[in-house]
Amino acid sequence: MIKFGLMSLRRMAELLQSGKLMARELTEHYLDRSESLQGKFNAYITITRDRALKTADQVDELRRQGRELSTLAGIPMALKDNISTQGVATTCASKVLAGYIPPFDATAVKKLADSPLLGKANMDEFAMGSSSLTSAFGPVGNPWDRKRSPGGSSGGSAAVVAAGCAPFSLGSDTGGSIRQPAAFCGVTGFKPSFGRVSRKGLLPLASSLDQIGPIARSVEDCALVLQAICGHDPGDSTSARLPVPDFAAALREDVSDLAIGLPEEILDNCPDSRISAAVEAAARELEGAGAKISRVSMPYERETLAAYMLIATAEGASNLARYDGVAYGCRHTSPSWEEMYTGSRVFGEEVRRRLMLGTFSLSAGSGCSSYELGQRARQKISSHLAKLFAEVDLLLLPAAPFVAFRLDEELDPLTMYYNDIYAIPANLAGLPAMSVPCGEKGGLPVGMQMMAPRFREDLLLRAGYTWQRRTDWHLRCPREVEQ
Amino acid sequence: MKAEGVIGLEVHVQLLTKEKLFCTCPTDFGAGANTRVCPVCLGLPGSLPVLNPEAVTVALRAALALGCTVNNISRFDRKHYFYPDLPKGYQITQHQHPLAQGGRVDTPFGSVDLDRLHLEEDAGKLMHTGESTLIDFNRSGLPLVEIVTGPCLTSASQARAFLESLRQVLLYANISDCRMEEGSLRCDANISLRGGGRTEIKNLNSFKAVERSLEFEIARQSRMLAQGETVPVQTLRWDETQARTVPMRPKEMALDYRYLLEPDLLPLVIDAEIVDRAREDLPELPRPRAARFIKEYGLSPQNAAVLTLTREMADCFEQVVAAGAAPRPAANLLQGEVSRLINQGGKQSLPSPHSLAELLALQEQGSISVTAAKEVLAQMFASGQSADSILSRNSLSQLSDRHALENLAQAVIANNPNPVADYLGGKKQAFGYLMGLAMKESGGRANPGLLKEIMVQLLTKQPINK
Repeated sequence: MIKFGLMSLRRMAELLQSGKLMARELTEHYLDRSESLQGKFNAYITITRDRALKTADQVDELRRQGRELSTLAGIPMALKDNISTQGVATTCASKVLAGYIPPFDATAVKKLADSPLLGKANMDEFAMGSSSLTSAFGPVGNPWDRKRSPGGSSGGSAAVVAAGCAPFSLGSDTGGSIRQPAAFCGVTGFKPSFGRVSRKGLLPLASSLDQIGPIARSVEDCALVLQAICGHDPGDSTSARLPVPDFAAALREDVSDLAIGLPEEILDNCPDSRISAAVEAAARELEGAGAKISRVSMPYERETLAAYMLIATAEGASNLARYDGVAYGCRHTSPSWEEMYTGSRVFGEEVRRRLMLGTFSLSAGSGCSSYELGQRARQKISSHLAKLFAEVDLLLLPAAPFVAFRLDEELDPLTMYYNDIYAIPANLAGLPAMSVPCGEKGGLPVGMQMMAPRFREDLLLRAGYTWQRRTDWHLRCPREVEQ
Repeated sequence: MKAEGVIGLEVHVQLLTKEKLFCTCPTDFGAGANTRVCPVCLGLPGSLPVLNPEAVTVALRAALALGCTVNNISRFDRKHYFYPDLPKGYQITQHQHPLAQGGRVDTPFGSVDLDRLHLEEDAGKLMHTGESTLIDFNRSGLPLVEIVTGPCLTSASQARAFLESLRQVLLYANISDCRMEEGSLRCDANISLRGGGRTEIKNLNSFKAVERSLEFEIARQSRMLAQGETVPVQTLRWDETQARTVPMRPKEMALDYRYLLEPDLLPLVIDAEIVDRAREDLPELPRPRAARFIKEYGLSPQNAAVLTLTREMADCFEQVVAAGAAPRPAANLLQGEVSRLINQGGKQSLPSPHSLAELLALQEQGSISVTAAKEVLAQMFASGQSADSILSRNSLSQLSDRHALENLAQAVIANNPNPVADYLGGKKQAFGYLMGLAMKESGGRANPGLLKEIMVQLLTKQPINK
């Protein structure tokens, strides 16, 4: 019996290609594990056994015929439930989308057509949250301690990888929604540059910030998934018309010529000194590997969160305007349209809060809307980051200011939003960023984040891979789910 | 004194494209409900708009035909409001940075300044059945340009004349089919009187409705102002059957559209080269064409204006002339009989310019009378056949046979001794009477010149009875 828990995607691909492993066997292993752990972590909204096995059998059949297939063919995956899957319910963890079955696959899903779909991962409702507690399908448990949050909004996508229920998953990141849960669950999460991965088929939160990205065990695994999903899509006008670099080649290079900046305000003010200490230690390790480390300044914590909330809620309110009760959700029958509109809305509390905020943010009132103020702050932050990247190649900082919090902690909304304080600048500026495990606190994973100039995913992969070859944080598994 | 209004129009024009503005659904009219839809124009979650370049080309042509200044960079915005025919909860339009600004439309009463021209998508269509309302999304996402005038019109008739001139240009440049009954040209009118509030009349779908609703509003508002009342700011609709304006959405003016720069689309960049190319593709427009007709063909301004009303007519005129006809007779034929037959409508085909030229030539040669020419033309319309083949099948060719005409004239003279006596006695008018009788006798086919000659000859041979 082969143990798959810590096996790299590359190794799985080799076994599948050589015929030593059948896609069906691999897929059944992950399906069984997903189903048996579902009661414990509630990491899925839908498990799609039939679809997964159908794809696996097709791949096995094509291999038998000697067909050349993509690297990831036969390696199963989980998808965050805001990524459209043809014929499979896509709920965004909301009652509003009950009964909605997309008639098309997201472009990223099409590009992974040979990867059996294990299921649709649980998340915060409409990706609005940092805890996976706002799901209409119940909260997700963190595989390291199921009484704690896996983070969010891609909490299910991170939890399935950490629990060994899926070799990799896709999440989406609007303001840290891939990186913070990856940090909370001790896995690697990668947010590509805005425009690198097509957003077609991603149910949008904030269109100018959203990006689909992989969550996997390691940087090397992420590189393989990125290679598959990146690239221009004529169906997404904002996707970049750029060639996709050879990410595997990037892994072969070291960090000896890289300058890495440590933002001092962030490290000095981090509410958890264990986290800042772990990041500082990682910097020293990378210095040992040849990187040049320096201190830099990112003095806009307050503005970051404010700008993000104004923009993300405004675009979110706009994107959710279509769920007006006419075509989605349970129709409230009422003689007046106004009552039909108000009565048909079954959003959760956090979504309603952000819809109110976003609607207000976009209202012109007298003069300039709050949204425009947010956009101005965003401009300033982006140009400051651009200047920083003239001095350094990468920024190294914590992925989140906390480790996984307890499900019953009842954080007030502002503290909850604070979870993403270190992640947001990358979204505002459209930069690629990655969260990798770099320590532990009380048995819970600590994640560090690296950020690179736009479309320089290769630099993140180089540094991340170098880090993971010198450390074993990414190879640790939660005791609760010994594999 | 009749009150003067301040009127501005917003005209929505559906562009002639094969596909919708942000998806590849076809734009044909009259298809079964919800058969021209896809995830994009249904606003399904996760669908993304992709701008149709053909729509940009046609919109650009509109901007240039109307003399607008094309903005190098224009942007798309989301305009939010809730209405069941709006599947995304917002309409993609161009609010802050329109495709083009300025421009003018020349009308019979002078030039009307335009404020702006921008691209936007159409909404779906509600269909009210007895107890329920159904939605047809075929129209959702159709490409429109909105053309906004300055507040520079002063009367209902001016508004109508403006729309007719605008329509003429749009048809000329192949921008829209401008079929108001199919919704491809729609109009909202803003109207206020000095000292009163502004009202907006929405969704006017005929020229008549525009004119009548504005007449009604001007009368209503001036009556209110005269009685010392205030005219409230309101959105109205025109009730055709009651022939009056009716308040529509009283809270409309308080609506906040919460405009948001469309994050799913890139700015639309139109460089000078694209503008130049579009300008080259622009056909000659009615005004300059009429001027050329006057200069080149020696037509009267009146003739030139009528002939350039539609591009088809103007093209036809030039083709008839190119086929050898003299310009003035060609103009008269097209303006007169041809226009009359076109207006009569029916399933008739416009004769080819070549056969019209042929008809004119036959008339010129005298082989066919004016009356017969009319008959031949009508048959050309009905059958699509050439003048020659119609003439050979029928007895419409002119009667120029001397012997036959002599017999005919002799009979007329013999049967009408009194008028003949009058003529011979010096009453020259009697000649016309006798000519008329002879012509009638020939069924209108007698060659008038030859008949006259024969009549004079025969009459001089008559004995004079005193």
